[in-house]
Amino acid sequence: MPFAQDGGVVSQPPKYPGKLIAVEGLDGSGKSTQIYLVKRWLELSGARVFFTEWNSSSLVKPSTIKGKTSRSLTPTTFSLIHATDFADRYERQIFPLLQAGYIVLADRYIFTAFARDVVRGVDFDWVEKLYNFAVQPDVTLYFRAPLEVALGRILDGRPELKYHEAGMDLGLSTDPYESFHIFQGRILEQYELLAPRYHFTVVDATRDIHDQQAEVRRILRGRLRLSDFMKKKGRHA
Amino acid sequence: MPAPMHKPSLPGRMIRTFGRPLAEMGTSRLIGRLFVIEGADGSGRSTNIKALSEWLEAGGYAVRHMGLRRSPLLAQDIEHAKQSRLLTRTTMALLYATDFYDQLVHEIIPALRAGYIVLADRYIYTLMARDIVRGAESEWTRNLYSSALVPDAVFYLRVDPEELVLRNFEKNATLDYWESGMDLGLSRDMFESFLIYQGLLQRAFGRMQRRYGFTIVNANRDFTKIQRELRAHLTASLGTAAK
Repeated sequence: MPFAQDGGVVSQPPKYPGKLIAVEGLDGSGKSTQIYLVKRWLELSGARVFFTEWNSSSLVKPSTIKGKTSRSLTPTTFSLIHATDFADRYERQIFPLLQAGYIVLADRYIFTAFARDVVRGVDFDWVEKLYNFAVQPDVTLYFRAPLEVALGRILDGRPELKYHEAGMDLGLSTDPYESFHIFQGRILEQYELLAPRYHFTVVDATRDIHDQQAEVRRILRGRLRLSDFMKKKGRHA
Repeated sequence: MPAPMHKPSLPGRMIRTFGRPLAEMGTSRLIGRLFVIEGADGSGRSTNIKALSEWLEAGGYAVRHMGLRRSPLLAQDIEHAKQSRLLTRTTMALLYATDFYDQLVHEIIPALRAGYIVLADRYIYTLMARDIVRGAESEWTRNLYSSALVPDAVFYLRVDPEELVLRNFEKNATLDYWESGMDLGLSRDMFESFLIYQGLLQRAFGRMQRRYGFTIVNANRDFTKIQRELRAHLTASLGTAAK
């Protein structure tokens, strides 16, 4: 990385041989199941593939837990701490692996931050600029499900909802289930605004898992040539 | 110089930020004043802040301090990450920004509402200079800190790198890895790296000075002269503010 001589480098990220595939959608849209099946498909085909998920870096885990437990996170620090988590995974894994020619599968990408942060009251323009160090995915699969369908999948077992997961920090309702309902509804609105702006590929998430996966594989076959990503075999033969 | 005359009721003012204010800042007026002292390690920041605090308190002003890496939320994680050198330029920028906004919302703004004089031992300018020297786009960095409060005055204590290096040796007999910019790979020689890195930071401050118009204080001089200059500025600022 060149350091700035006068006032900062404005360099476009270099072209890289890898492909970045992101999945987005509400909790309960089934996106994690679908990206897992994509991962298995690619691995079993012998492709170079790497999977990464939202909020999983160890760098800020203690601060995140501390902030969530003490409920001292503001919308801005909530946003920044998740951006730090993302940047850690991005700069140490996602981007280097793309440069090395991997297919990188991301279970949630920057759009999750856009949707959640804006619902918490962060300015959209600010958070969009915050993440402008990250490349756009080659394919963003948006698992679109009506609110009631997604909520039903999560709430059927009456799970215990975590404070921030239910959006309780927004003060929408003192009842976690009602809060979750309103919170997810607002996130859905944001996703619908983001979908055309970022050219999401929409997948109907109300269909059977198997049917969705067939469609997803069809979409991906059309967007990348699998043979470009095969691990070399018999290198020493 | 005598202590500043106590003006018990500074007029309240609207929150003023560089860009858009944060929703979590609220809208009630700020009564106190925010003064920022910037400068490298060894520029005399802490000594001058300590002396200013005593002088202000002697004049009847209540004083609070803020600085980098002081938020209870992040201080430990940043320290750990710095020790283990796991930070990339973006994660370093974002961790410091999180720490900054945590202090801003939970400490600085409440203190200013309550009428304290807040003395900041470094502020967004150091953070922006460090990020820019590491290759961050200046527009990205400005956006990151666009919701910071505009201080009532900013003083940059500038010391020549050659003098700074001597002061650091006098204090610690060693140079700090980060203050020497060793993560940038400017030179494998730490002494040389320190001089290049501090020079780059000063140039970044010089460019920011044109944008933000802060006061550059020649801190190669002895403490008494610097302190006298700072007190004169603060007196003027508190005086005009009270009219």
